[in-house]
Amino acid sequence: MSVAEKLKGLLLSTPAAGAGGRTGTWRVYRPVVNYSKCTKCGLCWLYCPENVIDWLEDKNVRINYDYCKGCGICADVCPVKAIDMVKEGVV
Amino acid sequence: MTGQISLAKQVKKVLVGDHAVAEAVKLARVNVISAYPITPQTLIVERISEMIERGELKADYIRVESEFAALATVYGAAAGGARAFTATSSHGLFYMYEMLWWAAASRVPLVMAVVTRVLGPPWNIHDEHTDLLAIRDSGWIIGMAQNVQEAFDMTLTAFKISEDEKVLLPVAIGLDGFILSHTAEPLDIPSQEDVDSWLPPRNPRIPYTIEPGGEPITMGNLPKNDVYHALLKKYMDESMENAKKVIAEVYDEYGKLTGRNYGPLTECYRCSDARYIAVSMGAWSGDIMGAIERLRDEGYPVGLLRIRYLRPFPEEDITAWINGAKGVIVFDRDYSAGLGGVLASEISGFIPSNVSFEGVLAGLGGFDVSPDEFRGIIKEFIDKTEREGPIKIRKYWYIPKVEG
Repeated sequence: MSVAEKLKGLLLSTPAAGAGGRTGTWRVYRPVVNYSKCTKCGLCWLYCPENVIDWLEDKNVRINYDYCKGCGICADVCPVKAIDMVKEGVV
Repeated sequence: MTGQISLAKQVKKVLVGDHAVAEAVKLARVNVISAYPITPQTLIVERISEMIERGELKADYIRVESEFAALATVYGAAAGGARAFTATSSHGLFYMYEMLWWAAASRVPLVMAVVTRVLGPPWNIHDEHTDLLAIRDSGWIIGMAQNVQEAFDMTLTAFKISEDEKVLLPVAIGLDGFILSHTAEPLDIPSQEDVDSWLPPRNPRIPYTIEPGGEPITMGNLPKNDVYHALLKKYMDESMENAKKVIAEVYDEYGKLTGRNYGPLTECYRCSDARYIAVSMGAWSGDIMGAIERLRDEGYPVGLLRIRYLRPFPEEDITAWINGAKGVIVFDRDYSAGLGGVLASEISGFIPSNVSFEGVLAGLGGFDVSPDEFRGIIKEFIDKTEREGPIKIRKYWYIPKVEG
């Protein structure tokens, strides 16, 4: 095997959903959307640093808890306070 | 493979060391240059920017705010498949320190000129090798030139060595601040056509390439297992060993192209019948050769082993040259605090117990050491060994009297 081939397997990784494992297990606080308050503005989708919020066809949002790390940015940017951060294990 | 090319195709020029390095960068058709000015390196990147301005070199010249950014920029360019170059000195090199390790461990081909200079305080822009030697564990191949011609040759060959598929490590070329960087010497420069036939454009796919629309890859991500790190260092070590052979092959081809033949990792001057070996690297080796000449005239059987490449460490060369020697004296223009001279410390492990040894720390801060002073130091070492048998002095501070 050439030097380059040996290196590539160890030095590089290929980005893919879930390549880093189920990062949702890191979460301490879970963001929970209160759909009665939500105005479907999509700001949480825009700000999510992990790209785990889907902005659906009907403009509702859905959080993927398999990978959401619970950083709380979505709750912070929500203009109508429609996202509550709930301690895991309490839900 | 290049055939024998007539030496008449070369042009003789008179250039300072910095401009000679710039000339080599131009002939290598480098694609991306990024640097931050620092004395005594500035002339290199100034001259390159003039070459680009005049249309002599088609390359991207990226202005940056720091040396950290300069190395990060050429590192990124090299990961994108470009042939890239930067240059720096002392404090600038240390500002790059973190990136030096990332560039080397990412295994991208790169060339950097390091014009050696003291680190303060007190503020001092003169020559010392400590800056270059402080990067010796980082994974860069490290060469040190003796004169302007060699600074040119080392820079040009560095691209071929760095990009070799068996090596894939960045190469740093050291040249002594002011003594080479700002001193004009005549040198022979091969034609662009000859260089092109010997140095083809870089293969951008080796070892890997980051490109728009290409396969998405992540560099430097957290590894699945920490053992990957150890494996990568082992591979780096194998490539360093490969580099010894590749450096020899590259200089062999380059010798056919230019008529200039080098060591390649080391050169030993008047060593075939020498019983005592002096060791040095860089520009002052010329002065030490002058001292060797005088000592030879006086009947002392002494030669000079000059280190051209410190990484990969030329241990086979060193053990072969000192085999049968009665004494070895090493001159360091650098100091590893708490240990001693770097060359002396690295070489002392290869000296048999019955061989006399002395490490001399001289020229720190850039003070001149004349051939006559070298002669005196070497003569004293030999006389003492002949009188008393093997001596072991790992650190001798040679400090001249300061007037006023």
